[in-house]
Amino acid sequence: MFPISDYKKATTIEEALALMAEDPGLRPIAGGTDILIKLHKGKPGYDRLVDIHDVAALSGIRLNDSGDIVIGPGTVFNQVIANELIQTHLPVLATALATIGGPQVRNMGTIGGNLCNGVPSADSAPALLVFNATVTLRSHTGVRQLLVADFFKGPGEVDLAPGELLTAITIPAADHRDHFGHYIKYAMRDAMDIATIGCAAAVAIEGDRLGDLRLAFGVAAPVPIRCPAAEAAAKGRPLDGELAERVAAAVLSDVRPRDSWRAAKDFRLQIIGELARRALRHAVMNAGGRLPCDRP
Amino acid sequence: MAIGKNVPRVDAVAKVTGRARYTDDYHMPGMLHAGYVRSTIAHGRVTRIDTAQAAALPGVEAVYTFEDVPQTLFATAGHPYSLDPAHMDVADRLLLTGHVRYHGDEVAVVVARDRLTLQAAIAKVAVEYEPYPVMVEGAAALAEGAFEIHAGSRNRIGESRYQTGQDVDAALAAAPIRIESHYRSRIVQHCHIENHIALAYMDDLDQITIISSTQIPHIARRIVGEALGLPWGQIRVIKPYIGGGFGAKQDVVLEPMVAWLTRRLDGRPVQIDLSREECMIGTRIRHPFDIALRAGADEEGRLLAMDLDVISNSGAYASHGHSVAAAGGAKMRSLYPNAQVRYHAQTVYANIPAAGAMRAYGSPQVLFAVECAVEEAARRCGMDPLAFRLKNVVRPGDKDGLTGKPFLSCGLVECLEKGRALIGWDEKRAALAGGQDGPIRRGLGVACFSYASGTFPVCLEIAGARIILNQDGSVHVQVGATEIGQGSDTVVAQMAAETLGIPYEKVHVVSTQDTDVAPFDTGAYASRQAYVVSNAVKRAAEELKEKILAQAQYMTGIDSAALDLQGGAVVYVEAPERRVMLLGDLALASYYDKEHGGGQLTADVSLKTRTNAPTFGCTFVEVEVDIPLCRITIREICNVHDSGRILHPIMAAGQVQGGAAMGIGAALYEELLVDAESGWIYNNNLLDYKFPTPVDIPEIGWAFVETTEPTSGYGNKSLGEPPIISPPAAIRNALWDATGVKIDTLPLTPHRLFRHFKKAGLI
Repeated sequence: MFPISDYKKATTIEEALALMAEDPGLRPIAGGTDILIKLHKGKPGYDRLVDIHDVAALSGIRLNDSGDIVIGPGTVFNQVIANELIQTHLPVLATALATIGGPQVRNMGTIGGNLCNGVPSADSAPALLVFNATVTLRSHTGVRQLLVADFFKGPGEVDLAPGELLTAITIPAADHRDHFGHYIKYAMRDAMDIATIGCAAAVAIEGDRLGDLRLAFGVAAPVPIRCPAAEAAAKGRPLDGELAERVAAAVLSDVRPRDSWRAAKDFRLQIIGELARRALRHAVMNAGGRLPCDRP
Repeated sequence: MAIGKNVPRVDAVAKVTGRARYTDDYHMPGMLHAGYVRSTIAHGRVTRIDTAQAAALPGVEAVYTFEDVPQTLFATAGHPYSLDPAHMDVADRLLLTGHVRYHGDEVAVVVARDRLTLQAAIAKVAVEYEPYPVMVEGAAALAEGAFEIHAGSRNRIGESRYQTGQDVDAALAAAPIRIESHYRSRIVQHCHIENHIALAYMDDLDQITIISSTQIPHIARRIVGEALGLPWGQIRVIKPYIGGGFGAKQDVVLEPMVAWLTRRLDGRPVQIDLSREECMIGTRIRHPFDIALRAGADEEGRLLAMDLDVISNSGAYASHGHSVAAAGGAKMRSLYPNAQVRYHAQTVYANIPAAGAMRAYGSPQVLFAVECAVEEAARRCGMDPLAFRLKNVVRPGDKDGLTGKPFLSCGLVECLEKGRALIGWDEKRAALAGGQDGPIRRGLGVACFSYASGTFPVCLEIAGARIILNQDGSVHVQVGATEIGQGSDTVVAQMAAETLGIPYEKVHVVSTQDTDVAPFDTGAYASRQAYVVSNAVKRAAEELKEKILAQAQYMTGIDSAALDLQGGAVVYVEAPERRVMLLGDLALASYYDKEHGGGQLTADVSLKTRTNAPTFGCTFVEVEVDIPLCRITIREICNVHDSGRILHPIMAAGQVQGGAAMGIGAALYEELLVDAESGWIYNNNLLDYKFPTPVDIPEIGWAFVETTEPTSGYGNKSLGEPPIISPPAAIRNALWDATGVKIDTLPLTPHRLFRHFKKAGLI
């Protein structure tokens, strides 16, 4: 049983926006896998809900005319994972989402909810960051579009105004073509856990050189981040034994991990450097290249 | 014949079809919900408590604080009552307390008509505290002049020592190889699936009925009587199906409170259903141990002596008191009986949740220390750790160093040989002999254990069995032994079928214990039930069989000595294929013949067991260590057990796999984290307490070396707890083998590995 004091159900985006415009205290709930936990813990501010679970227009994945991948934020993890477009163009996102929770959570939780919850450990975030994904935010009065990188404001805090709803997650064609990625979740167990560190890498290879690296981390800073120093250190470098070490060293200036009872800062730094090496190595492999490295 | 067969569990259908009724399935009209107001600090005194706002909420029936409850201290441990005052459990509990001793202690209780109102009301009780010094480690609580967590206790709950052999100090001094180390285990919790829950109501003005998820219904009855100052006969405890306990329900946790509440509330039904978060701090934990161990060996690989000095941290309340540390020490003695042993242990209070019974009861902590030290002795001798153990472990003919009693059944050497073959010890060892230097390395580990099959002679061992012949030739069996998921009812049915000579399907075991009618037995703990109940069931079955054959003699005129019962029919001893009559026909005549015959044929046995069979086994493991990621992966693991005769191979394998999985959890994953300064508990939930999931647990191999234990009704010995004991030391030894890094504190989490790898210069 949960202490829910008000509940409204929307079946269209417009209906949801109207309800939220009328009463900005209403919070949207889709899969509920985060909100019900907050209610269970007695966290205030989540007892008045507008249910968007059955809003059909928020769900589904399509390729638009420009070749961009458009993901409905209400699409549940397992649908994203199994989707043919994702499997073909963005397999790294499927890999990342498959690490979330367990089968029950992945059947209920949505990719949009994972972003809007705003936690640094959101497994969808690093994978979306390396593909320069954007979020479309609609309210009763207008629409705006933001990079996912700009959506995260702080731990548990996103750039979502009262009355605003996340209506689309878009991965531009130019950003997913020719880039191959990898995601590694480092957690204390292999299911039903949040990331201690999450790392996504995406690369483009040009001959025997690394044309481009995009590297992102979860739980390495107050919000999920891209790693400009590590990316710059790698861009255009030969695919040799030194590359992984350069990236692992440079990434330390990109990250600001916490020292907490969940994990100490020096331990997180060790894992961050190591995941950078391994994610890079696997992304290069996925791109058809080979990076000399003694790591698995 | 039913023993040794994989018969279907008696409760399988009820459980998989969802028909089995657990405590929470017993809803009653008008049932009230009660819940605790828990302290937000680990040590202090309540200076002000304001319940007015909570009491004013619509739907709240009552709020009681520590000032309202009876001031009779009671003990909660699920031990048999002791006639010896010196051996009684420590009475240090009240129903609620104004002196809070751990983060989560119970200062008030709210009763409401529904659970949401209950939660809202609990949040509205305002409590202010005067803080006291917080001590989370046993050593701090033992310090001279430390603040007393229980007045007059000096923070000491108990102390014991024993010594075998002539002179441990001299043996250690003379030993060419000496080991001295300090081993520590941290807090783990049972994480049984069904949280603690109990319901109480009154049907008249005197009797209190309690339905509870308990391992120990008869003990719970007595303790509720003691806590409320009521005659024990006025308390009735019913144990329905239960979703696990692992020892956390070998303690009386909620029963006295629900009984007291229903009495205060005019007999209305009151339920307390703890949340997981409450269960993880407000019930029981496993005692963290600090063990200083010295050991000595000679260059030929003989273990000469061990000296253990143990501090067992019992947390805020005594619960099982010093018994856990004492039992762990006593049961270890059977493992290396030719080495001299000195064992000294103290149990202390500290400001952490109360520790109590947990699967294997002190042995995991003690044997972790012993098997780490033995590993070191072997390596210092330059010996294969397996060869060293084979040279030193107990063999048939060895005698207990303290009691002089010989070990009657003992297959540990065979277990080690079997495990050696199963894991391919020699081949794998040879393959690793060249050394490794990459980031990913492999290692092999082994560890042994000894355990017991009950609590005798420290405690009473008693079992009751009642068997009734039904009109249709089937039987009903009632036992006081409690099924808690381990398969106890099924093996009881197998035993009855075996001795009576009737088909297994004709035996109905009454799964529910109701203390008004169930035979007396102290319950599920100490891996005692199959061992202790075996003799009671066997004797009851023999008595009933005798009555049945006497009835057959009466009906046929054939001397009962010439008759036997086999396959549910009376047959000739000399010619079992010749059927004299079906048991159903005999039963009908016995019940309904107006002139003659035996009536309802029953046997009712209450039997005390005065033996205790040691049990043995070992774990073999191969690990892979990812050094840069500070992570251990188990590539292969198997447990091999001497548990006497195996009554039900599939259920026995299930016990081994479940126990070994829990051992792996304690070795690699689980630790309840307590802030060293404040006593604040960080992770009393299953997200942050990293209980391993099915994908984290590797396939667990198992094997048995079947011996026949002469003191047991069917040759069986304990198996419920033992599989948890040896995996942690085996894994730790394999980590050492792989990396050269020796870690003496559990669990071996990535956080801990990181510190040690860094210190060793590996990363």
